[in-house]
Amino acid sequence: MTHPEPETTPVLALEGVSKSFGAVRALRGVSLRLYAGEAHALAGENGAGKSTLIKTLAGVHRPDTGTVLLDGEPVDFHSPADARDAGIAVIYQEPTLFPDLSVAENIFIGRQPRRSLGRVDHRTVKKAAADLFARLGVALDPDQPARGLSIADQQLVEIAKALSFDARVLIMDEPTAALTGSEVARLFGVVKTLREQGSAVLFISHRLEEIFELCQRVTTLRDGAWIASEPLSDLDEDGLVRRMVGRDLEELYPKQETRIGEVALSVRRLTREGVFTDVSFDVRRGEIVGLAGLVGAGRSEVARAVFGIDRFDGGEVEVLGRKLPTGAPSLAMSAGLALVPEDRRAQGLVMDMSIERNIGLTGFAATSRAGLMNRRAERSRAVDWATRLQVKYARLADVVGTLSGGNQQKVVLAKWLATAPQVLIVDEPTRGIDVGTKAEVHRLLSTLAADGVAVLMISSDLPEILGMADRVLVMHEGRITAEIPRSEATEETVMAAATGRTDRGRKAA
Amino acid sequence: MTMTVEPVRQEVAPESTSARRLMDKMFKARELAVIAVLVVMLGATQLSNTEFLSQQGIKDLMLNATILVLVAIGQAMVVITRNVDLSVGSVLGISAFAAGLYLQDGGNALVAVLLAVGIGALFGVVNGALVSLGKVPALVVTLGTLYIIRGIDSIWVGSRQITANDLPGGFVDFGHDGISVVPYLALLTLAVLVVVAYYLRSYRSGRDMYALGSNPEAARLAGVPIRARIMTAYVVCGALAGLAGALYLARFGNVDSNTGNGYELIVVSAVVVGGVAFTGGSGTVYGAALGAVLLTSINGVLPALGVSSVWVTAINGFLLLLAIAVDRILALRVAGALRKKAAQTRSARHA
Repeated sequence: MTHPEPETTPVLALEGVSKSFGAVRALRGVSLRLYAGEAHALAGENGAGKSTLIKTLAGVHRPDTGTVLLDGEPVDFHSPADARDAGIAVIYQEPTLFPDLSVAENIFIGRQPRRSLGRVDHRTVKKAAADLFARLGVALDPDQPARGLSIADQQLVEIAKALSFDARVLIMDEPTAALTGSEVARLFGVVKTLREQGSAVLFISHRLEEIFELCQRVTTLRDGAWIASEPLSDLDEDGLVRRMVGRDLEELYPKQETRIGEVALSVRRLTREGVFTDVSFDVRRGEIVGLAGLVGAGRSEVARAVFGIDRFDGGEVEVLGRKLPTGAPSLAMSAGLALVPEDRRAQGLVMDMSIERNIGLTGFAATSRAGLMNRRAERSRAVDWATRLQVKYARLADVVGTLSGGNQQKVVLAKWLATAPQVLIVDEPTRGIDVGTKAEVHRLLSTLAADGVAVLMISSDLPEILGMADRVLVMHEGRITAEIPRSEATEETVMAAATGRTDRGRKAA
Repeated sequence: MTMTVEPVRQEVAPESTSARRLMDKMFKARELAVIAVLVVMLGATQLSNTEFLSQQGIKDLMLNATILVLVAIGQAMVVITRNVDLSVGSVLGISAFAAGLYLQDGGNALVAVLLAVGIGALFGVVNGALVSLGKVPALVVTLGTLYIIRGIDSIWVGSRQITANDLPGGFVDFGHDGISVVPYLALLTLAVLVVVAYYLRSYRSGRDMYALGSNPEAARLAGVPIRARIMTAYVVCGALAGLAGALYLARFGNVDSNTGNGYELIVVSAVVVGGVAFTGGSGTVYGAALGAVLLTSINGVLPALGVSSVWVTAINGFLLLLAIAVDRILALRVAGALRKKAAQTRSARHA
């Protein structure tokens, strides 16, 4: 670190902060300094620890080791209220609104202007909210309940909330993901004004050009560890990406050459109103198709609709030439479809059940007779698959919740592979698991494809998409905006389509 | 970032206001609907039995409603925070007996009422502490305290009974008399109702309760003191159940170990029929009070129509299911309207 930093004391800083959740080390000795009048970017891939870092600054998490410094003095935030009182405003990635309250109340909850006898002054609350919206240049009605606002409007309410603090430190976790061009421009205008007035800003975005446009300095995280803090003027986009990824793509992504066969999964003009529109694609035997896009683009929702968890309003899904009805996962399963869901803890596993029973959940048809479960058949099926996937466990009867994230993910995969699927949909298959297991999962997907399984892989991990997919589909705001062959897929082409900057390769269904 | 958006908001504006109007209706319509059902029901009964809305008839309707209304006010507050208090029936019973015992020994009436309120508040503290600190679902915690308090009550009361003869005359008169047709009990209940409604509407801590019930995680991030608010709701609920116990004693003059048994279920029904969503964050205490009036009025209406009162519980259950069905249908319609609106915004952006 030879780059000069301002001589002043940082407004807010982290020194050597570590934080673990169970066996997962989310942050390892991370330092960060935010200076008044400076916009600081936080860069890193998904799972690098950015959100944990923000929550540490916001008083949601307390660091295991290391300190949070406010004006150079160590502080201990016990709750989000402490951080707020210290002048730290946070805009989270997921809007955190109260659906039943009005937009104005959402902004001022707990801090409403008051009149005599401590009564809330509803009129002033409303007027202050209207003033904030005017400053942001958006037409939102302060009286409107927050329920039913679009994601973009919800994000705007969050931004208005943060502005209402006159915060000394403004932290924004992907505030622009759901905003349109002119809304982003207006937000940046407001942020610049705040910065010129002496606020410190911490900004997270997957859109690299936004980082370069708004920020002066950048801190990069990788796998929870601090990589670098440096002025952005010394970097270009490629340099920043190298900092973020920083590992050898070849060994992590053991992609085998496969023979690509007939169409196994065919999706035609699939639409779920307000969620995704006119989605068409094919996945062939032996092929791994990557489905990329920003968070909230509708990728998981498409997978859920294909598998029959959510209903679709129009279009059709065919597996090996058999048309699937909407909203029938069990029929999808018997047609040879398997879905490894995004959230293994909530959707993939029953956390309080044993490894054996979890794997057994997909196999009652194969392992029971006359409606009675055959425990021995269930057990041998579980042993078989747990061994094949090299799940590390003490006993098969252990509760699944005691395993590490990577091994839990292997159990989910075992559970579905045991059904011998023809089409496998994996949603964020390696999110939050260590690099070693990640490579094993990739090798497994590659082997499956070589054996003739059609694989659709949803991932927010760009290197994973680029390293594993034969073809990349990109979604933006509920539509497929690009279909890019492996040879042409780069960070640039995929991100461009994911952020809606191009209509290149838009697919005619 | 090449998309222009200026026209979008104008295009969507009418759509968003219509979706909003539907929602406004959903929130305000409930009170009006309950009033309408009440008016129709009482009017129809009056037509078929002209004696029904006599001076005494009106007074009886109000007297019957007051105790349930009081408990429903407290319950509504707890339900708004996305919790529930099933122990209200037991609290009502034990505080009524305590007040009666004290009066039987020649105590002062006002002190007796305060004693009942205090006992109720104390049980409220216990419930609030278990729910907010223990992070155990309120349904289970208060089911436990329901049985515990009822058990204490049974052991303490045994086969004893308080009857009107044991009570000072002034106290019993307070339970029956009023200003012209309006009983004192109804006036007291109305005062409590107005105060609690005003508190929930116009104080930060009151608004916090709605926020907390609407989205607990967001409330935590916004720095709402969650434990304190849950505690307040339970203490107020317990205190009102205690007050209701004292009023029960004044009105009926008869308390034994079974008093208030099963009361929690009718209270919860009243609250839900009155439009306080069981999922928290919405509804008003006025709605809950109207729900309570509606349910107790059925008790008065059926005999006046010559229908056997065995029908009462079945009709209460029917109203409850109707209320929930209406909520669900409205919620689905609102969600559908909003999904369409989102789709239009999106396609406008893509245009």
